[in-house]
Amino acid sequence: MPDASHAFPHLPALPGVGYKAQHFSDILNDPAPVGWLEIHAENYMGNGGRPLAQMRVLSERFPISVHGVGLSIGGEGRLDPDHLARLKHLCDWLNPASFSEHLAWSTHDSHFLNDLLPLPYTNDTLTRVADHIDEVQDVLGRRMLLENPSSYLAFAESTWSETDFLAEIVRRTGCGLLLDVNNVFVSATNLDYSPQGYIDAYPLEAVGEIHLGGHDEDEDDHGALLLIDSHGREVVDPVWALLDYTLAKSGPKPVLVEWDTDVPDWPVLAEEARRAENALARVLV
Amino acid sequence: MSKALKTAAIVSAVAASFVAQTTTATAQAKEKCFGISLAGQNSCEAGPGTTCAGTSTVDYQGNAWTIVDAGKCMEIELPAMADGTPRMGSLEALDRDLPQG
Amino acid sequence: MISQSVFRASLLNPSAPIPEGLTDGHDRPAGRRYGVYRNNVTVSLREALVAGFPSIVSLIGRENFDHVARAYLRQSPPVSPLMMHYGADFPAFLATVEQLAPLPYLSDVARIDVAMRQSYHAADSFGIDPASLQALDEDTLLNTRFGFAPSMILLRSARPIGSIWHYTLRGGEKPTGNPEDVLILRAEFDPEPFILGPGAGDVVEALQGGMPFGPAIETGGPGFDLGALLGLLLSHSAITNLNN
Repeated sequence: MPDASHAFPHLPALPGVGYKAQHFSDILNDPAPVGWLEIHAENYMGNGGRPLAQMRVLSERFPISVHGVGLSIGGEGRLDPDHLARLKHLCDWLNPASFSEHLAWSTHDSHFLNDLLPLPYTNDTLTRVADHIDEVQDVLGRRMLLENPSSYLAFAESTWSETDFLAEIVRRTGCGLLLDVNNVFVSATNLDYSPQGYIDAYPLEAVGEIHLGGHDEDEDDHGALLLIDSHGREVVDPVWALLDYTLAKSGPKPVLVEWDTDVPDWPVLAEEARRAENALARVLV
Repeated sequence: MSKALKTAAIVSAVAASFVAQTTTATAQAKEKCFGISLAGQNSCEAGPGTTCAGTSTVDYQGNAWTIVDAGKCMEIELPAMADGTPRMGSLEALDRDLPQG
Repeated sequence: MISQSVFRASLLNPSAPIPEGLTDGHDRPAGRRYGVYRNNVTVSLREALVAGFPSIVSLIGRENFDHVARAYLRQSPPVSPLMMHYGADFPAFLATVEQLAPLPYLSDVARIDVAMRQSYHAADSFGIDPASLQALDEDTLLNTRFGFAPSMILLRSARPIGSIWHYTLRGGEKPTGNPEDVLILRAEFDPEPFILGPGAGDVVEALQGGMPFGPAIETGGPGFDLGALLGLLLSHSAITNLNN
């Protein structure tokens, strides 16, 4: 594959959006206020064709964030060396402004389950995740960001809070964090804790990127509200408020709007990015 | 004209008819990048809630379901094959497999 | 401690108990909360198959497809994190589904959907300049071996799979009973399945196998239309090199 010609060393503290192929022309014609794009790494691991051709064009104009969804960093087994090699190949080619992955697992006994599955927060899992992050950063030759999950349940065996767990991983590995504010809101609602309290306890100094997305509502066996991280609608007002709360403490950060199902026409997504731009403007004054 | 010559003549004629148009074909042209993305994308969102597909035990044990309301194949009726294999599928064939009553 | 084996075992088996030690954050059993993950896995894999096999969804209808897809995904979850490859053996699975036995063409039609995806993601290549073909003298031409684009895929079937595919997805004419070979070509970025004329499948297969042009076109038999095949290949930049 030919090299992407331009390199953007960092994601700017501007709104970004999750890139969808149907928005290719819109983004080239009138991207405002979007300043960068994020792609799901696994969709650009083919040998050629339109996905890579589009990325050749877009990566000249925009900083690109490569967001992995299939590495299974929390898996009990060793990281898939083939997949790690594919990630390295993609990052070497695209030279993205950022690489991130999830605090989750998805592969077990060589079966890929196509979902971000949850981890107990124990000393054992902490060691395993930290070892895997060390390996990723060694192979890719770059610092990665680790994203907090949306939680629908808790593990009785957990001995760490999620925020302490993430802070300790940062301390051990030197990785950065991708703070998904919607995931914080979803998890806090589902497990009945304060989302502001989570942000207060979270190591904001390690944050390299913030995510926002829409969620759906369901309920558990006891009729309690259960939020689902569906990425299929607008970001709700309480999550925008939590973004304001976060940015007031962290200062400006790259803020991404994710919309992965029932993807709307570009103007709707651009309007969500506009709201993120407004939130960023409020912390600059 | 020999067979080889005839073949060469056909090839030459066909090739000549494409010389003009392929010089303009550029696989990397930006406008060609626009278009659909094909299926099978990785993503990181969650599915629709707690109910439905994942908790359905209906057909876990295998083939405990029957064909209902088939789509376009109900309009297709193919004749028996020349080699004697039976008819290749039709509305009638599907009806036969529906549970009675 | 809940191992990932235990967590995973109940994900694709709704009859299996929900693993113990999972809570709602207040010491009550997780219950439906575990069902969120069950649902995510099943729905996301099912939707990947729906998106990946449009011809089969259209041919048997969404409801039937969902049953088939669920049976398949429980038996054959992905073995790679690249969802673009998921379902490569779904055509073979279709041939084993008892309820679909009256529709024996489904498996081969599904191979077109798989091949369309493979072609879409195949490496880029450049077609030869037709003038270079024109320039060959006849001896050289007949001894030339052709190299083809990685995005070109030949599918051979005893059934009219190309006509069925076009009928169900593109509003083509109702298929008749003749066997069809289908050649998938990707001139730029969008693969298209073409139904080959008599003998052309044999010729393409021979050329792909490395047979020189002269003997390869002999395999086409009396009904083979050389001009038509060559035109199709050249117009889709499918011939990528000439070795002579």
